[in-house]
Amino acid sequence: MSQANPTSAAKALPLQEGVQGIVADWSSDQRAFKNVPWGKAMMWIFLLSDTFIFSSFLISYMTVRMSTTVPWPNASEVFALHLFGRDIPLILIAIMTFVLISSSGTMAMAVKFGYEKNKKMTFILLLLTAALGATFVGMQAFEWSKLISEGVRPWGNPMGAAQFGSAFFMITGFHGTHVSIGVIFLIIVAIKVKRGDLDHQRPGFLTGRKGNYEIVETMGLYWHFVDLVWVFIFAVFYLW
Amino acid sequence: MAHVEGQQHDVQGQQHPIGIYLKIWGLLFVLSTASYLVDYFHFQGYLRWFLIIVFMLLKAGLIVAVFMHMIWERLALMYAILVPTLLLMVLLGIGALEADYTFFTRGVFFVRGLL
Repeated sequence: MSQANPTSAAKALPLQEGVQGIVADWSSDQRAFKNVPWGKAMMWIFLLSDTFIFSSFLISYMTVRMSTTVPWPNASEVFALHLFGRDIPLILIAIMTFVLISSSGTMAMAVKFGYEKNKKMTFILLLLTAALGATFVGMQAFEWSKLISEGVRPWGNPMGAAQFGSAFFMITGFHGTHVSIGVIFLIIVAIKVKRGDLDHQRPGFLTGRKGNYEIVETMGLYWHFVDLVWVFIFAVFYLW
Repeated sequence: MAHVEGQQHDVQGQQHPIGIYLKIWGLLFVLSTASYLVDYFHFQGYLRWFLIIVFMLLKAGLIVAVFMHMIWERLALMYAILVPTLLLMVLLGIGALEADYTFFTRGVFFVRGLL
């Protein structure tokens, strides 16, 4: 670790690596998470709590699915779309997956350009990420309407076990809400970048903390987490 | 795990060449296609489960490690986040045990109803 900034206490002493580093960090004064901005450490801890929420949903889904004696609807058929004159299984979900992964890619690059203080590219990539996120939510709304029109309800459905509807609406609904909130915050951060709030360290409207390109990375952590949750939902809900 | 700091100039933060993000992006596309094909070609049984879980964990690992910069963080943060997450396996195990038991008792109940 180079000692580039001698005025910063966090960098004044060389940090230990390995297990000794863990012990030293955790037993040190003031802060356990060295070399990360405060907001980033807090975002990680928030994401950890969110991980537990989504895990509880997915594990309870597993529990009801394993314990029901009624056959579970075949996701491959339920989520098929009739395209080009034939039924393609799970096609909408596959497209949604690619859209969300692409938005993660653009977000990662936005973080990179943010740290390079490249305002224009950061702004464009953040808006692109938001657009892909909004596309995802739009497709999810389409999927919900399709299932609702086919008679799927949280308390029952014509295809099989009643728990299918409750698990589906609960899990994808909670995930979709996360995506929607993410899109709103992506637009807010994009506007901050465009206006130069981060270059000039203007205080934010909500927290009053000084603007800094670190918030782009913190925003990115949230957005990648949303993608991460979708990986698990895609595997255990749609492919099981 | 390699503790590469990228190019740390005067800014404090994660700076890595753009190529690594593009490569991971490509890999995630390949893995997603692969997990979609598992369903498309109707793999069943243990093979299906094995492939689904392997692709899922690989994708999750790539996102956390590279996109979320976890491999470049200090071990103190890495362990603080990853160890509690792994503890969820206990909840998963308890859930599976209880679900099996519930299924069994429901089976017994319905069979008695038939007699």
